[in-house]
Amino acid sequence: MKTRRQFIKISAAGAGAVALGLHTMKVNGLSLFGEESTEEAASNEDMTATPTYCEVCFWKCAGWTYVDKKGRIRKIIGNKNDPNSNGRLCPRGTGGIGMYYDEDRLKTPLIRETKKDGTQYFRQASWDEALNKVAAKMKEIKEKYGAEAFGYFNHGTPGGHLEHLMRAYGSATNAEPAFAQCRGPRSVAYLATYGAFIGSPECTDIRDTRCLVLIGSHIGENMHNQQVQEMSMAIDQKATIITVDPRFSTPAAKSKYWLPIKPATDIALLMAWIHVLIYEDIYNKDFVKKYTFGFDQLKSHVKNMTPEWAYGITTIPPDLIRRTAREMAGHAPAVVIHPGRHVVWYGDDTQRERALGILGALLGAWGKRGSLYIPEAKPVPKYPQPPYPKPKWDWKDLNNGKFPLALMGITTEIMRASIPRYKPKHLVRAWLSAGTNLPLSMPDKPLLKEALDSIEFFAVIDTMPMEVTGYADVVFPEATYLERYDFLRAAQNRYPSVALRMPAVKPKYKSKPAWWIVKQIGERLGLHEYFNYNDYSEVLDWQLKQIGTSLEEMKKIGVKTFSRETGPIYLSDNEDYQFNTNTGKIELYSTEFESNGFDPMPVYKAHPEPPRNFYRLIYGRAPMHTFSRTQNNHNLWDLMKQNTVWVHPTVANLWNLKNGQKVWLKNQDGAVSDFAVEVRVTERVRWDSVYMVHGFGHSDKKLTRAYGRGASDEKMITHYAMDPIMGGTGMRVNFVTFLKEKPYKNRKEDKA
Amino acid sequence: MRYAMAVDTKKCVGCADCVVACQTENNVPHGFCRDWIVENVKGTYPSLDMKFQSERCNQCENAPCVRCCPTGASHIVEGGIVLVTHDDCIGCGACVEACPYDARYIHPQGYVDKCTFCIQRVDKGQNPACVDVCPTYCLHFGDLDDPNSDVSKALKNRSWYVLAPEAGTEPQLYYLR
Amino acid sequence: MVSGKHIAEIYPVLHLWHWEISLYLFLGGLAGGILFFAAYFFIIGKEKEMSTTVKWATFIAPLALMIGLSSLLYDLHHKLYFWRLFTTVRFTSPMSWGAWTLLIIFPLSIIWVASFMKDMFPNWNWKWKYLNQFESFVIKYRLPFAWILMFLSIILAVYTGILLSAFNARPLWNVSILGPLFLVSGFSTGLATSMWLSKNDAERRILSRIDIFFILTELFLIIHLFMGFMAGTAVKLEAFRLFMGGSFTISFWIFVVLLGLIFPVTLEILELNGYHVPKWVPPLLILFGGLMFRFVMVDAGQITRFLY
Repeated sequence: MKTRRQFIKISAAGAGAVALGLHTMKVNGLSLFGEESTEEAASNEDMTATPTYCEVCFWKCAGWTYVDKKGRIRKIIGNKNDPNSNGRLCPRGTGGIGMYYDEDRLKTPLIRETKKDGTQYFRQASWDEALNKVAAKMKEIKEKYGAEAFGYFNHGTPGGHLEHLMRAYGSATNAEPAFAQCRGPRSVAYLATYGAFIGSPECTDIRDTRCLVLIGSHIGENMHNQQVQEMSMAIDQKATIITVDPRFSTPAAKSKYWLPIKPATDIALLMAWIHVLIYEDIYNKDFVKKYTFGFDQLKSHVKNMTPEWAYGITTIPPDLIRRTAREMAGHAPAVVIHPGRHVVWYGDDTQRERALGILGALLGAWGKRGSLYIPEAKPVPKYPQPPYPKPKWDWKDLNNGKFPLALMGITTEIMRASIPRYKPKHLVRAWLSAGTNLPLSMPDKPLLKEALDSIEFFAVIDTMPMEVTGYADVVFPEATYLERYDFLRAAQNRYPSVALRMPAVKPKYKSKPAWWIVKQIGERLGLHEYFNYNDYSEVLDWQLKQIGTSLEEMKKIGVKTFSRETGPIYLSDNEDYQFNTNTGKIELYSTEFESNGFDPMPVYKAHPEPPRNFYRLIYGRAPMHTFSRTQNNHNLWDLMKQNTVWVHPTVANLWNLKNGQKVWLKNQDGAVSDFAVEVRVTERVRWDSVYMVHGFGHSDKKLTRAYGRGASDEKMITHYAMDPIMGGTGMRVNFVTFLKEKPYKNRKEDKA
Repeated sequence: MRYAMAVDTKKCVGCADCVVACQTENNVPHGFCRDWIVENVKGTYPSLDMKFQSERCNQCENAPCVRCCPTGASHIVEGGIVLVTHDDCIGCGACVEACPYDARYIHPQGYVDKCTFCIQRVDKGQNPACVDVCPTYCLHFGDLDDPNSDVSKALKNRSWYVLAPEAGTEPQLYYLR
Repeated sequence: MVSGKHIAEIYPVLHLWHWEISLYLFLGGLAGGILFFAAYFFIIGKEKEMSTTVKWATFIAPLALMIGLSSLLYDLHHKLYFWRLFTTVRFTSPMSWGAWTLLIIFPLSIIWVASFMKDMFPNWNWKWKYLNQFESFVIKYRLPFAWILMFLSIILAVYTGILLSAFNARPLWNVSILGPLFLVSGFSTGLATSMWLSKNDAERRILSRIDIFFILTELFLIIHLFMGFMAGTAVKLEAFRLFMGGSFTISFWIFVVLLGLIFPVTLEILELNGYHVPKWVPPLLILFGGLMFRFVMVDAGQITRFLY
């Protein structure tokens, strides 16, 4: 298939890799910082510690980077004063030094060139040349079509810097995969129900709860640091854990009740629980009376949603449904109905999240100790700059009136709007991206490829040669979080705090921090007033001085905590409280949904089941990896080099599969996995599904450790169910079968 | 003085933070590890039981690795920690063969290496790196002879087991049920 | 299911010791056997009748030991520190006894064969006065020398088995019968060597008779080894299964027992009863079987373990 934009997999210019000369496969046994080392552990007294906060995942735990006398980073330890981490980093944070030492890192700016015979390759370029090229293109697009036609995809702190540039430039045509491919339904549902976001980190008071209810949340396999810590504290306090999951997950093993639910039937269970609470009269009457709206409608709505009805759908026995509902009611209000995080499953996810919100409200589990606390973040003033120009159109206009309750751009819609044959209202002509690896995070690879082929220009900011960089016209090598200043972390928690990120060492190779990259582009675009500083530390010092501290102090303490100003963390008994909803109350019956033509209360709808010989693909996390970000990190690769496909023993028998046997996966649309994946025969998975950890199956050869390891679940996710309310892409709707022999002989290497 | 460690299997989630923290603290080379996670699954769906164990050298009281060392490089110091003197070790691998827990490995430099309970930290009154990093707080360490130490308190009133007791090595790594 | 334990030689099964160790165990047993019978036949005064056994075959002993020791040194991961072995004697470590035994027996074996040089090569001249003096000294005290050599050669052959049996972490090895088994096997290989080298039919008949006895003993011990596994704990049964349907079934029962023991002993018995058997066949089979035996034991032993 001839594509205009070829996926460049091996850099002809070597991306600087030749300079090092050490192929990773041969350096097994070398020390962590890439040299033959005879040294023992370094003592803390001989090292300098600089404050930082982690960027391996979104939790942004604050910590200290220890650098020895020779200027080498040796370890990263948590900051004891940090409420996000309590001084203990998760395995990815501890292994973050692997991000710095990764010899496969992007080292120089790269520019795509085409040879006479039509093949495309990357050549090394100077920063000036690369920056000029991008700035020139941005000017061109702005003049011809308007700045809005330059779309962007962003995530994390680098995404934040990119967003600043693009807003100053005049574009709000962006999407974060974190919305439509992750937590979008939750944000919309909880906003509609409680008038507030759950936020990050989630305001779940797991530490003090008496009953933790997990619906498809696998705390312990997902390494949400503070939550894993608090779940452990809850276990110490002998709290009840109820886990609903078709798979025997880590928390399921620690639960008092594990409900092995049939996949895609969660709403039925939730409604049955609501039914039991209401009809057995064990819901929190005072709370419901004082704070909620729509109880009577809800009561008649769930009249026939009995546990017996749910049993036929979910395969959970009715008495277990009743027992668990009663258990929750018995512990109310100290119950955490965990809202989940990656919740785009079947396309009706906003409604399922609504059910979670309603369930919590019936228990009075909001604003009470052991339920959802009222979080607070420290407001940090914006560095002085002119207001952003108002774009003539933005991401919302690209939805064509669909997804009315979407709060942010929808990635698939931006992609569709980049393809002329879809006749979008406005055509997106070029992209920038920072902090996200689209080929491994987006469903519907054909759509992505077509979009990439249609746009005129694509520039990427990344630390590693991730698959997305293979499609770029210009690649900027970003410095890792250990080598740069960055925004202040002012995340919400039980009490406000700010954390400083400062460089522990100079950037390796020719990499640069994202704040510098966007400033350089911005200045070339004449946007100096938005970048009115020479070094980002000036911005930080100014901001810190506004909130009562300084850069100097923060360099010594790393994290500064503040007392709450918006009010107490819990509601006192009978306290009046105005919720930010249309009715001012917690809406069990959603007026917002109703006015937009959606079901005001969740309704169970059956979802397609796997065809014969196919199994539903369920995916999840492993605690030592973050999505597709860390598979090449040497420290974390040591812990888990590849994923496996979990298969139930009866299924394995049926297919004659042995533990460790390599298979290829094929899905209902005929998509085939690029690499073989090992089978793990285990009782932990249900017979109608298979399970894989997300993020593996990298296809960019420049990732020497990650290339070809395991299989990519995302390759199997060609079908997705759009949530009509906010545009989330439900991805657990694909079914796979096994191929025991290599399905193609000489495949073309165009598989990113 | 008798150093020991307890692992609370009720809380361990098998995240391997202890593995990577040990690596960065002790400069363990890539491709080797001083501690590791084992996942134990029992039963059939849906009657299942699962436990995670964070394993490492058990610093056995009756250490076969010390007994079989031909040069005396493997030795026990005060507190019961088993150490290897690098310059006395000839790299014969007998101790690796002798360990029922397969806790030892040959370092690329040539000598034998293993978990040392972070003795360089313990000597300063700190905990081993794995204990201090564990996000589920499931690792307990201390002096068994001191009833107020973290490990003594953890072992009190809890049922515990050790690995391969039939090997007769008297391991000092206890797993809380 | 394990995470993070990706040490190449430990996971998924221990495979740290390879051919270097197996080769050394074989050569050690071989040298021990040769030296034992050399000393023994000298002590009972059969020097003339068993001249190959007492003199010529002993050329092989220091050669075997040299190859074996090089193989061991090659296996060491911290080679430059090998001399640490000789800075201390550790009674709990069979490897330590072995190191000291080798330190003594290696030069002794050279001296033994050197003392017979003039017997074997009549024109041999040491050229150096002190060597000639030393030679006379040795010849004068050859009897006590032979006793020492006999004693040390038993230790050499038996310790190769005791070395393995001392590792109680490896259930296949941790059987007390392993020492005697390796001793008998080693002696059998020594006899086989001498038999092969000898040109004297009478000598060969004597050696053959002794060898038949040793091989039958070896078979007896092997049967008891397996009976011990069968009657043992779960880990011993696992070890047993490696040889009864497991991956080592063929290599052990065919190569070691059938080809390495049963065939040669049958051939030797037939030969004693007058059938013509090519001279080289039984010794070759015995040596092959002995080598394979060490390979199988070292590889299989590392697979057996207490956990997982």
